[in-house]
Amino acid sequence: MKEAELVIVGAGPAGLCAAISAASSGAKVLIIERNKSLGGQLVKQTHMFFGSEKQYASTRGIDITDILLTELKKYEKNVEILTNSTVVGMYEDGIITVLHKEDKYFKIKPKAVIVCTGAFEKSLAFPNNDLPGIYGAGAVQTLMNVYGVKPGNKVLMVGAGNIGLIVSYQLMQAGVEVVAILDAAPKIGGYLVHASKIRRMGVPILTGYTVKEAIGKDYLEKAVICKLDNKFQQIPGTEQTLDADVMCISVGLTPLNELLSMSGCEMKYIPQLSGTVPVRNEDYETTIENLFVAGDISGVEEASAAMVEGYLAGLCAAAKIGHKAEDFENKKMDYLKQLSELRSGPVGEHILAGIEQIVR
Amino acid sequence: MFEQTGIPSIEMVMEKFPSLDRINKGPVAVVECYKKIPCNPCQTACKFDAINVGEDINNIPEVNTDNCTGCAICLSKCPGLAIMVVDGSKSNDKVLVKIPYEFLPLPEEGKMVKGLDREGNYLTDVKVLKVLNPKSFDRTPVITVEVDRKYMYDFRNIKVEV
Amino acid sequence: MRIENHPILEFNRGKKIKFTFNGQEIEGYEGETIAAALHAAGVKVLGKSLFLHRPRGFYCAIGNCSSCLMVVDGVPNVKTCTTDLIEGMVVQTQEGKGVIA
Repeated sequence: MKEAELVIVGAGPAGLCAAISAASSGAKVLIIERNKSLGGQLVKQTHMFFGSEKQYASTRGIDITDILLTELKKYEKNVEILTNSTVVGMYEDGIITVLHKEDKYFKIKPKAVIVCTGAFEKSLAFPNNDLPGIYGAGAVQTLMNVYGVKPGNKVLMVGAGNIGLIVSYQLMQAGVEVVAILDAAPKIGGYLVHASKIRRMGVPILTGYTVKEAIGKDYLEKAVICKLDNKFQQIPGTEQTLDADVMCISVGLTPLNELLSMSGCEMKYIPQLSGTVPVRNEDYETTIENLFVAGDISGVEEASAAMVEGYLAGLCAAAKIGHKAEDFENKKMDYLKQLSELRSGPVGEHILAGIEQIVR
Repeated sequence: MFEQTGIPSIEMVMEKFPSLDRINKGPVAVVECYKKIPCNPCQTACKFDAINVGEDINNIPEVNTDNCTGCAICLSKCPGLAIMVVDGSKSNDKVLVKIPYEFLPLPEEGKMVKGLDREGNYLTDVKVLKVLNPKSFDRTPVITVEVDRKYMYDFRNIKVEV
Repeated sequence: MRIENHPILEFNRGKKIKFTFNGQEIEGYEGETIAAALHAAGVKVLGKSLFLHRPRGFYCAIGNCSSCLMVVDGVPNVKTCTTDLIEGMVVQTQEGKGVIA
């Protein structure tokens, strides 16, 4: 069995920040990442981040990965990294199992674990929603921003939250036409500055619309959209058929919570946090002692919040297993303050309403 | 309507513009940030203390037009690309407008391009005076165009025909 | 379908490599995934569903949803959206659940 002090599952923004924070506190950290490289979804975020300087605001997500890796390198004597390795099991006795490159399977018994597995894209139900050409908006972002491949020629974006708006803009930057952005809600869900910058490129944003049906033989050729009434029912006679060879589904993310469910910690379905999330304390420790969480797994938010949660969980997990940072109290206060700043405006209201139901 | 379409009304736009007197004195930032979001890099980026967000980073930024020099640093730093600079000091019938523009091809200095409004509709042809894209702007170039004064409140974007 | 000029990104593609898709030779680049290389070549249908044999493309592109499973070098159920392309790979659409040889 492999020895480890603190295991961090997932090396996206939350996991990397947790690792920096814990390693700088003196804990021996083992990062386990299923991908071949670190950074999670930061590697496709070509846009500048919001927030304040402490959350790397105004820096592009693609560059934040490098900033975090440089920071992590300062504590390299405390850090071990396993890529191409998937944590596939978490057991009652605290043992976790790892599959490396689909051929090496081994056990680890750490003193503490921080689960930072993130979230995945939801799907939307409508006839023929399984046609090739209908992709998650994040998937299209990966295809074009990581691999430099266009998803198609004409894109219909479904969902006007931040991801839908940002990916629409990035599609245009890649030279792809966005036919329209639609959203079932009566209002645009994402930041209006994002909406405005797309609107002034001439792309219509249709609120109160949904996809009635996708049309195509082997892959998407057309999409039928229609208006919704105030009870979200389709209004007959309002159908429009749009030519599109790509449809991006951007109807929200939901936490990747399988490992936590398996571990047996208490979980709750909280709509405001976009799915089933762990009950936790202020330190981001779940109802299982020494099992911590950070990032979208504890409730879907912006990556800026995920990074601060990572710093906080890393600090607290390290302290819990005997590596209390010198300026622990100050750091903790600072992270809590940053989180409260990020959530204090109107966009944070529903997040706070969700968090209220899971923090003990 | 703004929350349905992403298009601010002319009243909302006018409210963000400084007085004509100020515009006619020289370049000044117009911060089109209408809704509270947790974000303050405009304040951090400004070397002249001309943009104030304050303690709560969700506050709407306020421009101190006396301090603003129209340097356009904030244009490239605003993650929402919500800022432009307007300068009415150069002529009576034209204004100079600086906008962020993150698309290819970039316009060429001296050439005419299509001027668009906040809906992406064609307004008028505008002349490109300057294309600034230094390293410090981090891949958000700032384009200076000359716009007929009557379109000052409507102009917001350009289209470069390939 | 490849992006050549981009205002923010530079694509430093790896070495050009050849592989086959259902017997047909296709070029891709080292460092990209099988699904990315196929999409760049215009291939969207990666398999057929289990019962109704409906066409399947990728959906999440980060290894979560299993919509992109294909037979690669004779091995079924390979997540092509996260598996790197290798010179000479034999890639085939997967019909249904695939058979382990």
